[in-house]
Amino acid sequence: MEKRVTFKGLWLPLLLVLPQIVITAVFFFYPAGQAIWQSLFIPDPFGLSMKYVGLGNFEYLLGNPYYRASFVTTAIFSILVTVVSMGIALYLAVLADRLIKGSGVYRTLLIWPYAVAPAVAGVLWLFMFNTRVGVVSWYLGLLGYDWNHVLNGEEAMGLVVVASAWGRISYNFLFFLAGLQAIPKSVIEAAAIDGARFWTRFRTIVFPLLSPTTFFLLVVNIVYAFFETFGVIHTITSGGPQQSTTILVYKVYADGFVGQDLGSSAAQSVILLFIVGLLTIVQFKFIERRVHY
Amino acid sequence: MATVKLDSLKKSFGKTEVIHGVDIDIQDGEFIVIVGPSGCGKSTLLRMVAGLETVTSGEVQIDGAVVNEREPMDRDIAMVFQNYALYPHMSVFDNMAYGLKIAGTPKAEIIERVDTAAKLLQLEPYLKRRPRELSGGQRQRVAMGRAIVRKPSVFLFDEPLSNLDAKLRVQMRLEIKQLQRRLGVTSLYVTHDQVEAMTLADRMIVMNGGVADQIGAPLEVYANPATEFVAGFIGSPPTNFVNAGLAEVETPNAAKLGIRPEHLEVVSNGMGRLNATVMYTEALGAETLVHLQLADGTMITSRQAASDPTAAEGSEVGLNWQDRDGMLFDQNGKRC
Amino acid sequence: MADRTGMVEKRGFGLWMTHLGLIVGLLFVFFPIWLALVASTVTQADIMEPPMPLLPGDHFFENYRKALVSGINAPVAWMMVNSMVMALGIALGKIVISLLSAFAIVYFRFPGRRTFFWLIFLTLMLPVEVRIVPTYEVVAGFGMLNSYSGLIFPLIASATATFLFRQFFMTVPDELAEAARVDGATPMQFFRDILLPMSRTNIAALFVILFIYGWNQYLWPLLITTDPSMNTIVMGIKQMFPSGDDFADWPVIMATSILAMIPPVIVVVGMQRLFIRGLVDSEK
Repeated sequence: MEKRVTFKGLWLPLLLVLPQIVITAVFFFYPAGQAIWQSLFIPDPFGLSMKYVGLGNFEYLLGNPYYRASFVTTAIFSILVTVVSMGIALYLAVLADRLIKGSGVYRTLLIWPYAVAPAVAGVLWLFMFNTRVGVVSWYLGLLGYDWNHVLNGEEAMGLVVVASAWGRISYNFLFFLAGLQAIPKSVIEAAAIDGARFWTRFRTIVFPLLSPTTFFLLVVNIVYAFFETFGVIHTITSGGPQQSTTILVYKVYADGFVGQDLGSSAAQSVILLFIVGLLTIVQFKFIERRVHY
Repeated sequence: MATVKLDSLKKSFGKTEVIHGVDIDIQDGEFIVIVGPSGCGKSTLLRMVAGLETVTSGEVQIDGAVVNEREPMDRDIAMVFQNYALYPHMSVFDNMAYGLKIAGTPKAEIIERVDTAAKLLQLEPYLKRRPRELSGGQRQRVAMGRAIVRKPSVFLFDEPLSNLDAKLRVQMRLEIKQLQRRLGVTSLYVTHDQVEAMTLADRMIVMNGGVADQIGAPLEVYANPATEFVAGFIGSPPTNFVNAGLAEVETPNAAKLGIRPEHLEVVSNGMGRLNATVMYTEALGAETLVHLQLADGTMITSRQAASDPTAAEGSEVGLNWQDRDGMLFDQNGKRC
Repeated sequence: MADRTGMVEKRGFGLWMTHLGLIVGLLFVFFPIWLALVASTVTQADIMEPPMPLLPGDHFFENYRKALVSGINAPVAWMMVNSMVMALGIALGKIVISLLSAFAIVYFRFPGRRTFFWLIFLTLMLPVEVRIVPTYEVVAGFGMLNSYSGLIFPLIASATATFLFRQFFMTVPDELAEAARVDGATPMQFFRDILLPMSRTNIAALFVILFIYGWNQYLWPLLITTDPSMNTIVMGIKQMFPSGDDFADWPVIMATSILAMIPPVIVVVGMQRLFIRGLVDSEK
């Protein structure tokens, strides 16, 4: 798509794009290039010089059980976050869509947790499940369940999943509700006249028509779980216990800034970069398909 | 006021030439209509005069000066766009005043000029409104007001009425004509509607495939079309074309005979120069259109007064015309 | 939306069940926030003896004053100022550079335009988290650690907004630019007088999204603000937890959490329609 009208000039447009070019070059392309470059080196034990190792960092990483474990952790974490937050959001959106009046009120009430930062969400959930003072853990104790996410890796994973999914419900709810309200009522009424009950209608008509929204949210939520949940994990578990909640992004941080292993951290960045690339391609393929719908 | 001269004006987009050389001398105060089907290059021609398209070769002169390289604002023109191109976030007043503000016109003069234009166009009550709060006809007037306040030497209109409904179009057509007479500004007006062309033009340019097929006064063009295309395009219902062989025309090179519907007389079977079958008739009130089929399958139309007796559908009839009304065209569509 | 009646289950018992289901959902969503609100109004002693009360206490002013004025490492009021500068800087900075470059790529033909377009397209794919170490080094190299520019610039180096404005500019009718040319407007006059006012809604919608994005940043401020007086509120909360076996000052921490939510919540709720629009646009 191109504009018919164009203004004349050479210096003016270059001047206009200059700020973006400079900022993107300095803070984006140069660091991204550095990440790729550094991923080919390891520092010597004194940190004075860098030694070229080719793909050595990658080989080391892929053979490293901790890194492989982090991959598995990330996969489990992302799938759980996506399923939990989308499930709850879809449930609420379907209910809100059934209302003739008042769906706007529920929408207003449900959207504002979107504004809560992942790190703040982490603190809120940490508070509820704190082993000493947490309300929920205390009541669980009454029921005879000894909650301790500081020691129990599964409980830690459960907590970061819920806290991450919680912060995402608003977003998914908004898109699901918009998707549901875009389905022509006549289609659903036709199905009702054909004798389909609510659940049948949902399964055979509504859900298939909603599939573009669902697919889109699937990709977006996985990206969220991969990259934007750092705050949740850092505040609640700091990756522990025993790395049971160390997702890939957390590991880049932990190895790069805490462990000071720049080569490994850079190699991890490059692998992440690759994953984002894949997800982006998936998303674009999907958008292309949506155009033809 | 100004004269406009186009001198073998050509335009290419990439390698495709879309305007193949147009020449015309436009007198001061003349109303010129450029008419033709979509894709004939009429809008491109106008936009070259406006300075919105570059000129590939040839010259555009305004008041004797070549303006090929001048910016639109330096050509002393004003333009009315098909979709009006009103600035949606500005009031009617600001829309009309924008060009003057840019030119640094003193505030008092801006107000005076806009008020004068608004009075002329009956827009006074709407000066504070936004374009979206106006009807189609009112928006059209604002677009013209914007052109008028600049007091240009040339008005350019790019299909200004095509977004209006039929009734409003007739009314606005009259208003544009009156306005142009009153202001006496040289005008170029592009349309695909031959009725607009006939009613508005002092002279019209009939464009076909990037070529000006004919330039002339409307009635002259109507009565004496230079090409088969012009004969078919100007007039409604269009000119009938009959195979020269079937009509027994003896002029050498003649391929087709054109006869306007009003010149075709339906007579009894066997009494005419051609025989035809009446397919169906349309009574329009003041007149009746009779659609007929010739022996070789060609469909033609005759227009007769409503008071004349109408032949029954399905009946065989004869067709007559005066020799002076027959227009002969050669193989290439040229008049011969 | 005109007639959404007609489905049997929407009356009587079914209607109540629908409301009930939604209210359960609302409770799930709001309970953590409610608990934080309660905790920010009671004393440390109330919290240290579980279960803590579920209704607000009367130490609201005391806790919030303590948080805002003295905080734990740095006054929270000061952290909020830092967050505000960062969020506004990111939102406004990104909007300005994106408007300018989108205007250039849509309304001009200049050498390198395609290359530029594809380069910024690449930036769509890479969140800051992926390139933190080298970006940190760049910022450190410029001496921008513990500075506002260090907080802001790396986060505006992405092209989402440029794409959004490009898409919007493409929908602006060509005739408007032509009319402006006939009216004698220069490119920058057209930009200022016509394009910019027409983009108002898009700018506002984008502002909402970017403000929240900036306010809620965590990892980046964590890395580059070592000086507590440069901490942002969202990252500062975590810094309030003691490192050893000491007890966390929960009322103050929870008051800070509430304070960290207020500005973005005000923006989202106050500009709800723009927010939803911005969200939908930016994901297209």
